[in-house]
Amino acid sequence: MEVLQLLVYGVVLGSILTLGAIGVSMIFGILRFAHFAHGDMMTLGAYFGLVFVAGAGISPLAALPLAMGLTAGVAIVVDQTIYRRLRRTQPVILLISSFGIALALRSLIQLVWGPNSEVYRSGIQIPHRVFGLVVKPDHLWIVCGAVGLVVAVHLFLTRTKMGKAMRAMSDNMDLALVTGIPAERVIMGTWVLGGAMAAAAGVFLGMDTRLHPTIGWGVLLPVFAAAILGGIGKPYGAIAGGMVIGIAMELSTLVLEPTYKPAVAFAIMVAMLVVRPSGLFGGRT
Amino acid sequence: MSFLEVRDIYGGYGGLDILRGTDLTVERGEIAVIVGPNGAGKSTLMKAVFGLVKVRQGRIALDGEEIANQPPERMVRRGVGYVPQERNVFPTMTVRENLEMGAYPRSDDIRPAMDRVFDLFPRLAERQGQPAGLMSGGERQMVAMGRALMMEPRLLMLDEPTAGLSPKFIGQTFDMIRRVNGLGITLLMVEQNARQALEIAHRGLVLAMGRKRYEDSGPNLLANREVAEMFLGG
Amino acid sequence: MEGLIGYGVFFLTMAGIYAVLTLGLNLQWGFTGQFNIGVAGFFAVGAYTSAIVTAPDSAAHLGGFGLPFPIGVAAAAVMSGLAAVAVGWGTMRLRTDYLAIATIGIAEIIRHVLKNEDWLTNGVRGIPGIPRPVETELGLLGVVIGFVILVYLLIERARKSPWGRVLRAIRENENAVMASGKDVADFRLQAFVVGSAIMGLGGALYAHFTAFISPEAFDPLYGTFLIWVMLIAGGSGNNKGALLGTLVIWIVWSGSEILTSRLPVEYVTQAGALRVLLIGVILQVILLYRPEGLLPEERPRLGRPGDG
Repeated sequence: MEVLQLLVYGVVLGSILTLGAIGVSMIFGILRFAHFAHGDMMTLGAYFGLVFVAGAGISPLAALPLAMGLTAGVAIVVDQTIYRRLRRTQPVILLISSFGIALALRSLIQLVWGPNSEVYRSGIQIPHRVFGLVVKPDHLWIVCGAVGLVVAVHLFLTRTKMGKAMRAMSDNMDLALVTGIPAERVIMGTWVLGGAMAAAAGVFLGMDTRLHPTIGWGVLLPVFAAAILGGIGKPYGAIAGGMVIGIAMELSTLVLEPTYKPAVAFAIMVAMLVVRPSGLFGGRT
Repeated sequence: MSFLEVRDIYGGYGGLDILRGTDLTVERGEIAVIVGPNGAGKSTLMKAVFGLVKVRQGRIALDGEEIANQPPERMVRRGVGYVPQERNVFPTMTVRENLEMGAYPRSDDIRPAMDRVFDLFPRLAERQGQPAGLMSGGERQMVAMGRALMMEPRLLMLDEPTAGLSPKFIGQTFDMIRRVNGLGITLLMVEQNARQALEIAHRGLVLAMGRKRYEDSGPNLLANREVAEMFLGG
Repeated sequence: MEGLIGYGVFFLTMAGIYAVLTLGLNLQWGFTGQFNIGVAGFFAVGAYTSAIVTAPDSAAHLGGFGLPFPIGVAAAAVMSGLAAVAVGWGTMRLRTDYLAIATIGIAEIIRHVLKNEDWLTNGVRGIPGIPRPVETELGLLGVVIGFVILVYLLIERARKSPWGRVLRAIRENENAVMASGKDVADFRLQAFVVGSAIMGLGGALYAHFTAFISPEAFDPLYGTFLIWVMLIAGGSGNNKGALLGTLVIWIVWSGSEILTSRLPVEYVTQAGALRVLLIGVILQVILLYRPEGLLPEERPRLGRPGDG
């Protein structure tokens, strides 16, 4: 029973990681760098959600689209003012820059919202009991929300011109350029997608626990692990990667202190890098 | 006035000129083939026409319009298609999606263009749901050319379309090129299989050291003993 | 006046410790192009190792073994080097992005271990009573400066050696080095391990300077980030630049502390965030407007492609 309960938690965590990993994977596929500010973008999304939850009294789910939109906007601004001008240099310079952006974002969040924990809703949620398993309503919303968003991303990537162009650029950048695909526009689209998904992951994290200026940073490593496990540049792999990492992290609490959950994600990631760097489904190295 | 006119261009990568006073003329409806030793600047010349290599000096005109140093995006809109030598498909995308990407700059209905590509290469119609990366070398070449044809270009440039193909597919590819030409599309290509390529060429150019050395019809070049000895391996 | 001199000594000693870390990073990033953002992890391993080796016997944590200072410093370098072998072994053949992710992972794990494994580190309560090699503050500054000079000479020598030339050749054009028959991963691992051992040495100096260490001091982010900005500001690949960058950024960082300490008391908790934001902005400005840093790398003739 305990294992099943942990599986439930694992699926919840996996849903959140998946949403973060989709963005990391797309950004790596198209811009060729590991975006270290992704965790803090998740945090930013969570706090944007808080603005509407606390300010307008709406539910976190209702605030979700607003938080996604605002975070996507911030992603575009960061890209256009900083990353775009560094793109001509080596991708690793972008990595360093994103590391700095991560800290700057977190500092800004702390300056605006303070260093303490916040919650979307105080009070205790009455959990459902399903076959003896404890399932909080928020858990259901998180998983359903994540499934909905993943389906939306899938439809976007396979049915729309912009989505297909993103896959094309990730597949073969040089060919995309000679084909006449407008790279800058597609890159902006990628930031909108990655920023929005990061914000959703952040809001869900906030629903699952409580908001804190480092919640996003705390899951950055598992998010990278999920993206690498799924194969970099493969948004679909990110789903499988997210679930595997999320479930493994929760199951590990059977034998390890919960504080070592990120270490479990890390261990799986390193094992993957050593054995099969292209990921479960053969992405890029 | 010729269809494509390249006059005395200089250009290359970084500070190094690979093209040193290169000329090239192609008339409408022709198949033009550039041959020459390795490092002669054949691919560079085509890339310069397409805007992928900076032209420092000289002029390039298409139908009388100056086109030097335009970004590839604009070249595509002007009706110039380019098929790179390697990695010329989107491997994880289906054949159909590859063709759709070829039509990316278009906002009108692309179905007629796709039907024309499928008429030209029926094999692609059969396999339109397959990821392009899983196809054979010859089929990938069809996808690559089909992708470029989706914009219904006036001029199609091919960089060594038969590189890495088995002899059977090489013959097929030259057939494909002739069929494309039959639609009234002007072709400019660089080819290592110089003899076979020149056989179908209305115009052949021998490039060496970044300059044009000979120009004649394909069969005439093949018959030219000097060219044969120096550039076609005797 | 005395207070000012005391602050000056403290300031320079800390700058010296940072200089050791920055030089270690320069070997990894500046010379070899390796992206290590787990600096704080290797720093912490060094600090804790030397603390455990030299502190008097205690029931609260492993050891202490009460051994002399030089043994503590040597053990610190060795342990940090071993940690680097563990991280580097699997990742040296991969893109540097993966090394970045792996190093941040190991730094996070080290931080969790420091916090939670009480038997080893006494957890959040930390390790007190770390002996000082000399009695006076000024003497300690002398020891730290001695180590800075030693490390500087060592790395400068390495830079000019054939080994250093191979490292830079790997950074510039990995394939060309591979084609010449050298094992790129081997050279990378060597640079990574030596650089990390130097960071461990920096950690040991820090432990002996403060005499007390706890996990708080090793927040992986701020420590690592500051050192990165120091190196980039000074000039990656240039050892003099690494020293200059350390000094400049340390002045900015300490100066901003002096300024923010004057803020009204209700803003004090926010002051740290403001300072990090400042450093974050400085980094972006450097990357955009002077990516080569204050003292650009002197490029010896390496036969880079395009150099003719």
